This record gives sequence, structure tokens and C-alpha cells, in this order.
Amino acid sequence: MKKKHWYQFLWIASAVYLLLGFVNILFAWLGMLCFLIPVLIAVLKGDKAYCNHYCGRGQLFELLGNRHGLSRKKEIPSFLRSRWFRYGFLIFFFIMFFNMLFSTYMVFAGAAGLKQVVTLIWTIRLPWNWAYSAQGIAPWAAQFAFGFYSVMLTSTVLGFATMLLYKPRSWCVYCPMGTATQLICKAKNHGKRTGKIKGGS
Amino acid sequence: MSVKTRKRAVVAQEECVACGCCVPVCPKGAIHIEKGMHAQIEQTLCVGCGKCKAVCPASVIQMAEGNG
Repeated sequence: MKKKHWYQFLWIASAVYLLLGFVNILFAWLGMLCFLIPVLIAVLKGDKAYCNHYCGRGQLFELLGNRHGLSRKKEIPSFLRSRWFRYGFLIFFFIMFFNMLFSTYMVFAGAAGLKQVVTLIWTIRLPWNWAYSAQGIAPWAAQFAFGFYSVMLTSTVLGFATMLLYKPRSWCVYCPMGTATQLICKAKNHGKRTGKIKGGS
Repeated sequence: MSVKTRKRAVVAQEECVACGCCVPVCPKGAIHIEKGMHAQIEQTLCVGCGKCKAVCPASVIQMAEGNG
């Protein structure tokens, strides 16, 4: 039996993160690690070690889809894996991310009030006031937490849906972080080859 | 004299998303992710079991016949 590595249990961290958002929205800030670590690895090391080893969300989908049999394990439609969709989704995702940052700035500047809602799939506004108590926290920090948790919950819901319909880790095909880090790696390693592989495909 | 052929895994590298799902399922350790860009299969190690094809979420691995 293969020895398990510590990072093969990161799905637990991913599941706990989602649950913590129901308890106290400020835990959403921890999700920044899922944005910063893959980008840092791609920029500094020039690889996708985060996707390949440390992505707790991918592990969670694999666990639910494979071990618990929730996935139909069908082929993903060709449009979902096409380049225009992957890059288009990346652009859309980042536009919505910067929109969320702008909302945070508006609260910071005092031009807007704190909205205690989590927005699912960029459209469905869910009241989330039970997970927030205003004591000692700057409103903008809370607004960012609500916005960031919306991003994380939305991507989990989309990933869960494609896990059910297609192969367990179908989310990896159009994950904006995966697409972005692959682009960074391509830019960084353009023209480089290791030369280790004999008869590579 | 007949030439023996067997199937081996081939990656459409331009379409590969480099997620790395195929790496741990390979029983021969024949796959690695080339600098975060795409999967690379060492053809001399591939036994054509098709496990990587089954797990690939982007469906970019095909089994192709080759000599040997």
C-alpha cells in the first residue's frame, strides 16, 4: 500500500473552510491562501505544484466523486474544455473579483454600507447576517469577507455540479486559478524543456 | 512476419490543462507534469492500461497503437 503524504489530507482543510464560513464570515479571509499560494508557486517555481498536489478542493471533488460514487464520470462537453471558454471564464472571474474589491473599497471610503449577504453564482443574494458580529472589525474587512466567501462558495457549487455531471475533477478544467497558473508557467517556461523524457508523447 | 502492436497513452499537449490528475493513477510512474504546462508520458514505461485516460477530466489522453 502506498504511503500517504500529509498534503493528501488537504481536502479536510477545504471542507472545514466552507463550514467556518457558516460560523463566522471573517474566516473567509483564509481563502486568500488558495489565491496567493498557487500564483507564488507558479511565479517562483514555474510549475503547478498547487494544482498537482496541494489543492484541497480538487481532492474533495475526487473523494466525493470517486470514493463516494457521486460522479457520473462522463466526458466533459468539448465547449467546457475549449480554450475560449477557459480563458473567457478566467476573464469573467477576475472582472467579478475586481468588482468585489470595488465594493470593499466603497465600504472603506464610506460611500456604501456593509451588505451582510453572500452572493451565489453572482446573482442569488443569500442573507448571511448570522455569521457576523460587528465587534471590533472594520466594516470594509467584513465586506471583503462576504465578497470573498461568495467567490469561494460559487466556485465550489460550480465544481460540485460538474463533479456530479462529468468526471470528479472537471472543475480543474476551467478553474480560473488553474488556467492563470498554467498561463504563468507557459510564459515563464516558454521554449524550455527538461530533456529528461525519452519518447515523450 | 507480423509486427506486434500495443496501445499506449498519448496526450494532446495543446489541450492539456496540467491538472495532474493522471500522475498518481499511473501504475508505472510514467507521467509527470512538464513545468506546469502539460502532462508528459514516458512512452518506454507506458503499459497502455488506460487509467490516465479514464481519470483525465479534460479528456485529452487517448490510447494509440504503436510498435513494440
